[in-house]
Parts: sequence; C-alpha cells; structure tokens
Amino acid sequence: MKSVIEIKELTKKYGDLTAVNRLTLSIREGEFFGLLGPNGAGKTTLISMLCTLLEPTSGSATVNGAHVVSESDKVRQSIGVVFQDPSLDELLTARENLEFHGRMYGMNEEEILKKSDDVLDLVELSEQSHRQVKTFSGGMRRRLEIARGLMHTPKVLFLDEPTIGLDLQTRNHIWKYLLKLKEKHKMTIVLTTHYMEEAERTCDRIAIIDRSKLVVLGTPSDLKKSIQGNVVRIKTKNGKKELAKKLERVRGVTYVDIYEEGIAVSVTHGSSFQQILKIVSLKKFAVESIETHEPTLDDVFIHYTGKEMRKDEPYSDAKLAWKAGVR
Amino acid sequence: MMKEFRGIRAIWRRELIRYSRERSRILTSIASPLLWLVVFSSGFSAFTIGSGVEYQTFLFPGILGMTILFSSLFFGVSVVWDRQFGFLKETLVAPISRISIFFGKALGGSTIGMIQGTIFLFLGGLFGIGLSIPNVLLVLPILFLISLIIVSTGLFIGSHMESFEGFNLVMTFFTLPMFFLSGALFPLNNLPAFLLPLTYINPLAFGVDALRALLIGTSQYSLGMNILVLLAFASLTIYAGAWAFKRQK
Ligand SMILES: Nc1ncnc2c1ncn2[C@@H]1O[C@H](COP(=O)(O)OP(=O)(O)OP(=O)(O)O)[C@@H](O)[C@H]1O
Ligand SMILES: [Mg+2]
Repeated sequence: MKSVIEIKELTKKYGDLTAVNRLTLSIREGEFFGLLGPNGAGKTTLISMLCTLLEPTSGSATVNGAHVVSESDKVRQSIGVVFQDPSLDELLTARENLEFHGRMYGMNEEEILKKSDDVLDLVELSEQSHRQVKTFSGGMRRRLEIARGLMHTPKVLFLDEPTIGLDLQTRNHIWKYLLKLKEKHKMTIVLTTHYMEEAERTCDRIAIIDRSKLVVLGTPSDLKKSIQGNVVRIKTKNGKKELAKKLERVRGVTYVDIYEEGIAVSVTHGSSFQQILKIVSLKKFAVESIETHEPTLDDVFIHYTGKEMRKDEPYSDAKLAWKAGVR
Repeated sequence: MMKEFRGIRAIWRRELIRYSRERSRILTSIASPLLWLVVFSSGFSAFTIGSGVEYQTFLFPGILGMTILFSSLFFGVSVVWDRQFGFLKETLVAPISRISIFFGKALGGSTIGMIQGTIFLFLGGLFGIGLSIPNVLLVLPILFLISLIIVSTGLFIGSHMESFEGFNLVMTFFTLPMFFLSGALFPLNNLPAFLLPLTYINPLAFGVDALRALLIGTSQYSLGMNILVLLAFASLTIYAGAWAFKRQK
C-alpha cells in the first residue's frame, strides 16, 4: 500500500531534552494509525512537526509527498488537526468557530452551512451552536474542537487525544463517524489516545513511543501476540525486584515486567502455576491481588514502557488542561 | 489566490466580531480621548495657536490621532492573546499563507481603528469642529492609513512577544514618545531642535498633520506630502509585519 507519511530519523530537541529521537516510521494511505505512549513520550511533539508547527532539529518527514519544512504550505493543504490543547476562540459562538474554519479551508458558504449542521449534530451541540464558547464546559469545548476538525475533509487527519474527558456515548458516536469518513474518503487518521480499548478497536496499526523513541510497531493483534502466552498480574508494593527475580526462574515464564503498581508475568502453556503461586504467597511480598488473563494492549503497553496506561481518570487531566487555557 | 482572499476576509471578520463583543474596549477607547480633550482644552482654552486657531480646535485632530495610536498599537496584543489561548495554532495550520494571515489581522485592526476614529470624529461635532461631509469622506481613508501603519507595527511587536507583560513593556517604549513627538498636543516647531529629527521618523506626526490639514485647514506640510510619506511608512511597516509573521511558529 502507498504510504502517505514518511518519517526518517526525525529528531526534536528542546535544549538538552530530546523530545523525539531519530524516529523512523511510515504511515500508509487510508490507515487508522495509533500513537501510544506515556506522558511526555513525545507524541504531541511528533504531531506538531508533521503539521508544520514545529521545525525538526534534524531528520526529515513528508506528508502526502510534501516536505514538512521546505514545502510546509503544501503540507497544510492536505491536513487537518485536532490539537491536544485548547484552540478555540472563546468570544465567538460555536458556529462562528466552525464558519471561520470552513472559510480558512476554502469551503464555500453552502458547504459550510451543511457541514457545520452535520458536525454539530454529531457532537450534540446543535442546540448550543449560537452560544459563545466562553460559556461552554470543558467537555463541550472538546466536542466542538472535534467537530471543527471534521469540518473539512483532509487527506490526513491528526487527532491528539481527541476524546479525553468525553463520555462513553459521545466517544462511540465519534469513532463510528470517523470510521465512516475513513472508508468513504480513504482518509488517513493519526491518533494519540490514552484509552486502550479505543486504540484496539479503531486502529489498523499502533506504534508505541516511549522516552522519545519508537519501541514497537504493529497491528493490535500482532502486538498482543508478541506477548507469548497468558499474563499474570500481581499487584504489590514491596520487594518487586526480588519477586521479579524469583519469578524469572520459573519454568515457562517468558517475560517479567516490573511496572508502577506491581509485576506482570507472561506465562506459556505448561508453565508451573503452582510454583508461581508459591512464590507469590510468601508473606514478605505482601501481594494485594493476582489475576490472569489473555494479553491485552494494556499488557503490551506495560511490557514495552513499564507503565500502565491511565485508565479511568483522564477526565481530571482534561479539566486541568482547560483551566490552564482559561486563566 | 481566491482562497487566500477568503482566508484574509475570514480573519478580518473574526477581528470585527471580537471587537463588537468587547464592549469595554469600545467604551474605554472613546471615553479616554474625550477625557483628554475636556481636561486639556478647558485648561488651555485661553491659548491660541499661531494663525488664530483656538487650542481646543487645534487639539482635536491630535487627540483623534492619539485614539488611533493607542488602540491600533495595542491591537498587536491580539497575536500574544491568540498564542496564549491556542487559537494561533488553528490559523497557522490552515492552508493559507502567513502573509495572508498578517493581512487579515492588519486589515481587521485598521478597520477597528478607523471605526473608533470615526466615532470620535462625530463626537467632535460637539466641540464645534466643522464636519462637512466631503471632509469626513476624505478623513476616513486617512484614518485607515494611519491605523494600518500602527497596527502593522503592533503586529510586528506582538509576533515577537511570548507574554502580555513583555508586550506591555515594549508598548510603553513606543506609545509615549510617538505621542509626544507627534505634534498632537503642541505644534512641532515648538520642540527643541535636537528632537526634531525624531519627528521625521514618527508616522503619527504626519498622520496628525494630515488630519489637521483636512479638519481645520492648517498644517505644517501639504496634505499630498503627508499622504505620500504615510504611504511610504505603510509599505515599510507592512513589509516588516508580514516578514515577522512569515517566521512565526
Ligand atoms: N515547548 C517545549 N519546551 C521544552 N520542552 C518541551 C516543550 N514541549 C514539550 N516539551 C518536552 O518534550 C517532551 C515530549 O513532550 P510531548 O508534549 O511531545 O509529550 P506527549 O507524548 O504528547 O505527552 P502527553 O501524553 O502528556 O500529551 C516532554 O518531556 C516535554 O516536557
Ligand atoms: Mg501530548
């Protein structure tokens, strides 16, 4: 398949800090591509470079055949972005924000009217469309930003944590709509998210980035297969290192990953559960819980980054982001 | 080309909508020059300037120029504002050239400057400034031109600033000297000789002089000369502003 984004040895440094480190990646046309990684991994920095807002320190990238530095005007012809941070005009009404966007992207007034009705409907803001954005709640603003991103139909759509802070129902609506768009227009979508189920359900391929580097790339099912066997998760705070050492020696154990809240062990068939249980039940480890399951993307994430994805509390982060923006 | 034009218009429109929603901005920009006018002209009403023009009358075009100076230069803060609120990103990733973004903003700011000047001009009726229709029609483009120069300067400064504090600091360095060396308050030939050269690089001096030529019929330079100089200043500041936007990230 043709690739629409080509990234070669792309690097961005902020002073001494390397936010993106010699990243090489190609994203295919019509693909739903997920960028996952813990906070500060460099996802937003990468997207900023791809949408020409940030100049790379070294390396190169092309979007739809145009170089992001030397042909930035051409790149902007083919992209759409939903930013992680707030980017609405609060004095304008919801509809005025959409109209502004449509006009900037060369849509005619008739198209603008029709499309804004559509997207407002999608994010359930039709009733509030005449209200100034400054009267909106955090979630409403986020929905409006997504709606705005969907106003025009770009070749490549970047979504930087688009659904953070939104309720499940709205999220589902949006994903359905995006999948339809992708089918209909062969649109390429590049997504960062902290919701694993979302990534698993929607993405054709996923790249996990950790500490500025690409650590693994593949389809969700390939990634899960890379964790051989089943996963045993042991929650504990005490003596994680010692416990890990002991578990590593058990027959049939392929990986032992230490992460913030405990230890994840992957076990193949025929491994000795009895031995694992024996080790785990030693008093000194004060194990809080133990469970076993088939590998999920969460396990993949822990395996490659040593961190668990934030799961249920991202809403508070969204609220914080809005506060920072409002001041 | 058409696309660029529509983009410019969209940005221009947004600035006007924002202006119409910020009542306080409209009020202060009219109330403060009125205050100046009242205080100054009542304090100095006994003075007449040169050819028998009353000070109050002399002052009016000066304060008109000041209105435009303050509001237009301060318009540059909108870039800082847009950056802080993240809206700048929305404009910068759009398929519109940076130069068009600059023009949209500059035209928006100048239109606002012109509107404020016009409102003030009508209030001037109360001060007995002879407002004949042809005069007003001529004054409008001059107001726009002065605004354009100053707005471009403001945008140039704004696009180099990360914070409001920084912007305000730089602003004070510009506004006061520009104002006092513009001839708004007293005829420039009353200035000490060593300050005189500074008035030659002050676009507002020519702006105020042009307004005087039109509104009260006395001026230092001819109207045509003033307009030529203003046009030269406009090309310079527009060029600088557009350049600053081009390297905007
Ligand atoms: N303007 C900046 N100046 C200096 N450092 C920066 C700047 N922007 C980002 N960084 C740093 O670069 C690194 C990568 O940041 P980035 O925003 O790309 O992370 P991210 O993967 O998007 O994280 P998150 O999941 O929290 O959004 C972080 O360590 C961050 O502190
Ligand atoms: Mg980010």
